[in-house]
Amino acid sequence: MSFSHYLVDLAKIFVSSSIINNIILIQFLGLCSYIGLTDNMSSSIGMSFAVIFVTVSSSILTWVIDHWILIPSHLQPVLQITSFILVIGSFVGLVQIYLKKASPNLYKAMGIYLPLIATNCIILGVTFINSMNNYDFIQSIVEAIGISLGYTLAMIMLAGIRERLRNSDVPQFFKGKAIAFMVSGILALAFLGFQGMIK
Amino acid sequence: MKKYLKIIWDGISPANPVLIIAIGLCSVIAVSNSVKSALLMTFSFGLVLIPSEIIISTIRKLIPDEIRVPMFVVVIAAFTTMSVLLSRAYFTAIYDVIKLYILLIVVNCIIIGRAEAFAYVHPVVESLFDGIGMTIGYGWVLTAIAVVRELLGKGTLAGIQVLPQSFQPALIMILPPAGFLMIGILVGALETYLRKKGDKK
Repeated sequence: MSFSHYLVDLAKIFVSSSIINNIILIQFLGLCSYIGLTDNMSSSIGMSFAVIFVTVSSSILTWVIDHWILIPSHLQPVLQITSFILVIGSFVGLVQIYLKKASPNLYKAMGIYLPLIATNCIILGVTFINSMNNYDFIQSIVEAIGISLGYTLAMIMLAGIRERLRNSDVPQFFKGKAIAFMVSGILALAFLGFQGMIK
Repeated sequence: MKKYLKIIWDGISPANPVLIIAIGLCSVIAVSNSVKSALLMTFSFGLVLIPSEIIISTIRKLIPDEIRVPMFVVVIAAFTTMSVLLSRAYFTAIYDVIKLYILLIVVNCIIIGRAEAFAYVHPVVESLFDGIGMTIGYGWVLTAIAVVRELLGKGTLAGIQVLPQSFQPALIMILPPAGFLMIGILVGALETYLRKKGDKK
């Protein structure tokens, strides 16, 4: 495959992972933080930055483990889940300790969301998607960036809508979490329109 | 015996993991577009939850408090691997459609939550029944949503034509947005019910 074909391929992966197969609205991963943290704008932005950082670095880490250790030793089907979740869990713990020491400001902004991320399905989901599609190193990084930007997009959209909803007259039946789900349903309907954009 | 039946009943209705505690929604919305996927998902879920609860409750006195979550995760990951391999071997066609969600059982909040809140502080037999109850509770909600969505979206149930051919299927029901809409209506109905119940008291 020539270099320009490769670049087009990367662009396709990016668009498809961030918009067409949006991780929240079309694939339904990470709904806990999506519904739980979009109450206000600042916490959803903080969570999105933490997700971008951890997704990209853990997909680099798990790619190395997958391709240099698990596949050569034929242990991939048996040990993949266990090793991925342990590596991501301990990586998030290390980052937390490092941030606390090295940059207290960043820790204050990001720190409270980091423990939530360790059990967020998006991080593990991205590494499984990379490994299922047999992406190479650069493709997995592009996929991780695309997915986490798609997550940011959905988080900020819902947070903005919910801030408006607070001042509007919601029907009694849908008060509380229910309206957030209905709004996401309509957003998902809009995102469905992107389907088939890339062949 | 009555105590054990009560534990199972708790999982089915009063402390239903999906409806009341409202966790683990990702997989519920994602796989509820066909009855077959919903059943396979429940099967794999039970295959992970029940043995994990038994093992964790067996070794609960040996686990140091500080590292209990990593221990839970290792146990759960081991059983998820088994359940993934089993589903891949025996239900290949459905597995290929929902494999991402079966793999992600390992980070399902319900399982870690039950390990932490129930199995870690209860004896083995009670944990076994809690696992059974939670699996049934998760399964019936998932299957009920799947029945409605597949019936309206395709006119079939588990692949068998149920409604007459003249029925115009509403394609939207098996597409992703309907998952959100269904959960929204369910949550709304439940909160209205709880509010009315609260008023009476």
